[in-house]
Amino acid sequence: MRDRMRKAGPAAVLFVAALALWEALVRAFEIQGFILPAPSAIAEAFVAEWPVLRVAAIGTFGSALAGLAVGVVLAVAVGMAAARWRGVREGVMPLAIAANSTPIVVLAPVAIAWFGLLSPWGTISVVAILVFFPIMINLVRGLLSAPSSHLELMQSYATTRRQVLLKLQVPTSLPYLFSAFKVAAALSLIGAIVKEYFGGSQDRLGQYITRKAGLFQFEEAWSAIVLASAFGVFLFVLIGLVERRVMPWHISVRSRQ
Amino acid sequence: MKASLRTTVSFVVIVAALVLLWEGYKALGQATGGVWPGTSMNLPVRTNERSMPHVWDIVGSLFAPARRGGEDILLVILVRAALWTWRSALIGFVVGSFVGFGLGVLFVRSLLAERGLMPYVVASQAVPVLAIAPIVVVWSGRLAFPNWVPIAVISAYLAFYPVAINTLRGLRSPEATSMELMRSYAASPGQVLWKLQIPASLPYLFPALKISASASVIGAIVGELPAGFPQGLGRAILSFASSFSSAPEKLFASVLVSAMLGLFFVGLISLIERWTVPAAMRLREDPAMKFVPPPATVTA
Amino acid sequence: MTALDLRGVGMIFNEGASNEVTALQNIDVVIEPGEFVSLIGPSGCGKSTLLRLVGDLLKPTSGEISVNGKEPARARLDRDYGMVFQSATLLDWRTVLDNVALPLEIMDIPRHEREETAREMLELVQLGGFADHHPYELSGGMQQRVAIARALSFRPSLLLMDEPFGALDEMTRERMQMELLSIWRETQTTVVFVTHSIPEAVFLSTRVVVMSPRPGRVSELIDVDLAQPRVFETREEPGFYEMLTRLRESLRKVDES
Repeated sequence: MRDRMRKAGPAAVLFVAALALWEALVRAFEIQGFILPAPSAIAEAFVAEWPVLRVAAIGTFGSALAGLAVGVVLAVAVGMAAARWRGVREGVMPLAIAANSTPIVVLAPVAIAWFGLLSPWGTISVVAILVFFPIMINLVRGLLSAPSSHLELMQSYATTRRQVLLKLQVPTSLPYLFSAFKVAAALSLIGAIVKEYFGGSQDRLGQYITRKAGLFQFEEAWSAIVLASAFGVFLFVLIGLVERRVMPWHISVRSRQ
Repeated sequence: MKASLRTTVSFVVIVAALVLLWEGYKALGQATGGVWPGTSMNLPVRTNERSMPHVWDIVGSLFAPARRGGEDILLVILVRAALWTWRSALIGFVVGSFVGFGLGVLFVRSLLAERGLMPYVVASQAVPVLAIAPIVVVWSGRLAFPNWVPIAVISAYLAFYPVAINTLRGLRSPEATSMELMRSYAASPGQVLWKLQIPASLPYLFPALKISASASVIGAIVGELPAGFPQGLGRAILSFASSFSSAPEKLFASVLVSAMLGLFFVGLISLIERWTVPAAMRLREDPAMKFVPPPATVTA
Repeated sequence: MTALDLRGVGMIFNEGASNEVTALQNIDVVIEPGEFVSLIGPSGCGKSTLLRLVGDLLKPTSGEISVNGKEPARARLDRDYGMVFQSATLLDWRTVLDNVALPLEIMDIPRHEREETAREMLELVQLGGFADHHPYELSGGMQQRVAIARALSFRPSLLLMDEPFGALDEMTRERMQMELLSIWRETQTTVVFVTHSIPEAVFLSTRVVVMSPRPGRVSELIDVDLAQPRVFETREEPGFYEMLTRLRESLRKVDES
């Protein structure tokens, strides 16, 4: 317990101090809302706007998660094939690595044009493509990262490919997969919100933020930004907790404790 | 030489395959009237000229005047826009990388700083920072900043994280015995940093810089979107998106140029890496490329 | 029937390419059931390669190998041998017990049966109390004992060991040697043991194969006729020193040639 406090203490103290300083600065210098509203003002707006925010958040987070799910399924399918067949790997990996360094999110207007302004598939497809590449790349790297001595060991038992996959390659890939999931969770929110800037249903966080910013209602805009951020952190923590449950043996998890 | 030839060939093959896939899908849709062959199920994307222009039309539009009677061809306009966007991205990238590097050095020197700040450095990446883009418009409109400043700030925010994490990892990468050797020379912490830790961190730094480079481009393009600054790529994408129904190939052309900007920036960092880090020191972290195939299937 | 019969075995890596290496040339060795044979020689003499040829982890480019009168591939499918590497190659995500049971699991042995066997094997290597630990909680010596238990778990008639104690400190190493000998006597297993330690080869073996490098060949076969069972005091007998000298001279000849 004391050890935990020593580790988390500095961060917690900093959080409270930063909030207090922020509030104090905004009040002392009478900083205008368009630069940065005070935390208390954002909190007030959050409470007042909650019914609207709730609907917008459900829409945005829902399509982000749906896109994430579609992207994960596709990435796992392609990643498995790429790990299994060298030919697929040599074709797909360079393309994926190149695609991963391009701003994929600019496909958002294309998705709107293809699927229609209000179709949920617009957001889902943007998010799915966005998360597809990091997950697929990391999965392939993970599946192929088993040390050669372990592969020799499996070979000495005359294992089938399936056994090698399930008993060696899949567990070896888990750490890679979880770090990809953490990146992908944040990307899914970014993808959904940026897609919403380009248009779509009014009851979405991206549209809400643009609209409120356009009306100079910055407290409201910030309350939506804080909500989206909180959900991003929530997903991150959730994935971290699952990671801890699934692979307590891994060095990255052990060194965190 | 042989390896690079192989890479070039496989790249050409991949691009050709993608073009074929696009045109093949289009041809399939045209032949069946937009349904899966033998069913009445609609294809997910319509294949008419409006939704999926021919690849040659997209490429062709790059070399045609962007406006009727205009002087400049679309490519020139888009490249000019890309350069304008790249300037914000580059400034953001440089600032972000320095901040990231500074944080890495700070964390390796101070456990308190690491414990206090590290959770926020990590949390910063779980936050969809691009959500503040609409507010950026207002910042640059109401304050006297030149309009690229807030965009560079967003780019910097996206760029700093990979550098911070990998710098820390790189600074910690020297073996304990190397650190003990430096201690035995009674080296000052600054000397240890300059003579041992920073050189050891270089191989870790460059992979991070590549990620930061592409992140800074994303930050710059998306940062411009709601602002609609007339000079940048974000604006070009936005306006071609609104005229999509009349000239879809222009939107695809601008998407293509955005992708090129990302590839160009990352490629530039790779070149610098090649000049600065000796081949033997570069991290070859990609097991996918040196993989020993798993044992053959047994049918016993 | 012989346990192992190698006739004219040769191994060339990258045959025909510019980086062609002749790792082994014209190897003739016959090993009878129940023998404990060490392969010793300077690095580059192909002793590890030879072990991998016997285990069908590599295919020879010339010559004939028979394991228990069968092709090596057949012997691997019949799980005729167990393999131990220099590193323990335990799977981090499995408990000690599940690691030992891994080969049995691959052979589809029912759970209760394989757990029972795995526990017996852990008793044999004196790690009965560590069944539910994870590998990272064990010292290097203990990990290597788990690897030996794993290799013995399916009671193979042949044990192939590739410098299994190479990474251990001298004291642990001597203890492990005693343990291995008692297991060898108890299980009647044939052992082929790769080492670069002269005292280790003499203390453990009934016969030593001295190999010379570039290309790897057998330069001498030496019978070690020290009394069985070998005990702690064996290392202090004059006969032991004579054998050490004999082996050392043989290796020096190899080095000079």
